[in-house]
Amino acid sequence: MVNAYRFIKSRDKIMRGVFMFCAAFSVLALGCICVFLFVNGIPFINRVGVSNFFGTRWHLSGASYGILSMIAASLYVTALSTAIGVSVGLLTAISLYKFCPKKVVPPIRQMINLLAGIPSVIYGLFGLITIVPFLRERVSPNGVGYGILAASLVLSVMILPTIVSVSLDALNAVPKSYYEGALALGATKEQSVFKVMLPAAKSGILAAVVLSIGRAVGETMAVIMVIGGSPVMPKSLFQSVRTMTANIAMGATELLGDAKTALVSTGVVLFFFALLLNVSFSLLKGGEKRENKSSQKKGA
Amino acid sequence: MDNKFNMTVKNCDLYYGDFHALKNVSMDIDEHEVTALIGPSGCGKSTFIRIFNRMNDLVEGCRVTGDIRIGGRNIFDKSTDVPLLRKNVGMVFQKPNPFPMSVYDNIAFAPRTFGMGGIKKRRELDAVVERSLKQAGLWDEVKDRLRKNAMGLSGGQQQRLCIARALAAEPKILLMDEPTSALDPISTGIIEDLINELKVNYTIVIVTHNMQQATRISDKTAFFLLGEVVEYGSTEEVFTKPQNKKTENYITGRFG
Amino acid sequence: MRTKAHKRKVLKYVCLKIAALCGLAISLAALVSVIVFVLMRGLPYVNAQLLFGDYGKSPSIKPAFAGTMYLIVISIAIAAPVGIGSAIFLTEYTNSKSRLIKIIRVATETLAGIPSIVYGIFGYLVFVAALGLKYSLIGGGITLAVMILPVIVRSTEESLLAVPKSLREGSYALGSSKVRTIFSVVLPCAASGIVTSLILAVGRVISESAVLILTIGMVVNKMPENFASPGTSLALDVYYFGSHGYPEQAAATGAVLLVLVMSINALATVLGKIFGKGELVNG
Repeated sequence: MVNAYRFIKSRDKIMRGVFMFCAAFSVLALGCICVFLFVNGIPFINRVGVSNFFGTRWHLSGASYGILSMIAASLYVTALSTAIGVSVGLLTAISLYKFCPKKVVPPIRQMINLLAGIPSVIYGLFGLITIVPFLRERVSPNGVGYGILAASLVLSVMILPTIVSVSLDALNAVPKSYYEGALALGATKEQSVFKVMLPAAKSGILAAVVLSIGRAVGETMAVIMVIGGSPVMPKSLFQSVRTMTANIAMGATELLGDAKTALVSTGVVLFFFALLLNVSFSLLKGGEKRENKSSQKKGA
Repeated sequence: MDNKFNMTVKNCDLYYGDFHALKNVSMDIDEHEVTALIGPSGCGKSTFIRIFNRMNDLVEGCRVTGDIRIGGRNIFDKSTDVPLLRKNVGMVFQKPNPFPMSVYDNIAFAPRTFGMGGIKKRRELDAVVERSLKQAGLWDEVKDRLRKNAMGLSGGQQQRLCIARALAAEPKILLMDEPTSALDPISTGIIEDLINELKVNYTIVIVTHNMQQATRISDKTAFFLLGEVVEYGSTEEVFTKPQNKKTENYITGRFG
Repeated sequence: MRTKAHKRKVLKYVCLKIAALCGLAISLAALVSVIVFVLMRGLPYVNAQLLFGDYGKSPSIKPAFAGTMYLIVISIAIAAPVGIGSAIFLTEYTNSKSRLIKIIRVATETLAGIPSIVYGIFGYLVFVAALGLKYSLIGGGITLAVMILPVIVRSTEESLLAVPKSLREGSYALGSSKVRTIFSVVLPCAASGIVTSLILAVGRVISESAVLILTIGMVVNKMPENFASPGTSLALDVYYFGSHGYPEQAAATGAVLLVLVMSINALATVLGKIFGKGELVNG
């Protein structure tokens, strides 16, 4: 009997260790990712020169590894797609919040959740077979369908589900009493929603924006299929350009040696962007929690 | 552990963080008696019985001081085997909490924990399950559905299942934390009868809100107020001639 | 009492409401058209040759099916136990104030925010460059496992937290050890939620492609022989066909992938609902 107990106790300790290792695995993995990226990517930037690496010329035969044009393209695409996606997505969330028959909201939400799971390559394919030809034939002044506009449109559709569901959650988290209070003061339904509820949900909505910026800047497959891929400074919406993610994916299977290392260094830059967005996201989340807490206190 | 299972508490204080939940509580509880703990909500009754099976260990920031002994042994001693303590000191909770598994597996849970089970001992285990269910007066109602999920039972049946589950561990002491407060009057009656039968073999400490219940089932009664024991004595005396004015006020329904 | 200015103000907000409804219409139209267009363009080209044919004659996605299966097996086999173990540690073993927990949470959140192409580079550097495995399904699978880990941890944690405290107390009160409580009470109660989250994780694995470009080699025309072979996946095939002059096959593969992923996600939703109703009613 006593021995059995000793066994149980040591088993408890062992399992605790096992679970702890599992939990520490994430930390370990993150550490490995940082080390591998930095050790392989940063010395290369030093070797070819910071001004070369952050220059505008990407000429592999001439040992020019400038990714400035790609950073620019990434930023343009991200900004444009977020602008489109956030405005449409936020309007959608607002309609679902108060301006829709209550019965249709759950099925629409479910559908949007389902759409959030669609592979990004499908969005790329959609862009390739519909948006690019449409832009080329109907919109583009120069007969080019590929480029920043095509990529931004594809991405804005892709990030829609995220924006809608996160900002709808943020709106739903605002205490109902605010809405009733506004109505009691004689505001119309529309005024209460836009002037009271929307500002009250602003940090949650901002979190949705940051989240979708993160998805847009890091997205590869949906972009690569509609962006064209020329490593040049973007000057027009209808021009083949290359984002950082596209640069990595396009060279992935073909390049060797220094050129491949240049891709790793591009990844390091991308990683920094992602970290930056991560930090701002958690700050915003913290802000939202604090706000909700203080509003609950006021409510009580 | 010894064969005696009387409980003695001397100068016990309990803190949740900064909150002083039990203040200098002392109490002796004899074997084969039913002791009822009464008092208004939040006065520390439930906290108090959770000392005996050290369930308060699970609460973050909970601290217990004082001398608490079962059968003469300090249960907060470092050498105490907490699982064994909990096997000997069974507990029934306020809300029935059967595990979402079959009736049989619920009852067999503790015996399996303590090494029963396996193919050889199958019959033994069957016997334990049957005996425990009979003790809890549930056998006739569930003998044909031992393999069905316990969540399908009614509230009163679930609570008796939980009692049977505790009995299957072969405890010496049974702690009951308002076991009937979530039940209808009929189920409550059944469980009260059950307690009267069980006290022959077990020492029972029961927390209750219902003063009639305390008079019906208990031998001794302790009245708790704001973490202190105001009065402790035989049930008859506490209810007929309370020594303390506060007790009198409470049992005559002037507050609480 | 109602002045003109007031009326104008009210009107302004009515306009905003109309804009909001237009936004809803645009969103729905856009999202529905993605599905409709891909299916419309793709389904007519789905045929036996594409699905099961020999790649020698014309493009086929048979190798991609095999590759995808390998990737699912490898990544779930690694990420499921580690993720569930991690969630158990986070919910059952520690108080939320502990420093270790904070570090683990930050790490998990950061992992979730890293773009998949960066995971791809990491996989390339570790498996192809450092370990010298060349492009292989096992390398891609392990990288994917790291990538889906945060998803599994978070959803498993939610399922574990949903198990009522009273059941844990019930188990401890019967003298159970922590390990017995976890394995005999907590995990069985949370099983349905965990299974649902694993199904969603399978959906993620099938959907992912950027991380694979750099790790499994995108060999579209050969059946993988074993875990160490290079290979391809369905999602990768969509990209390959689309960018290498096979638009019809790209659309067809896209349609297959879309149907597959949507059915998996729908399955997870349905299972979640069924399980959610059945259990823990009295919890």
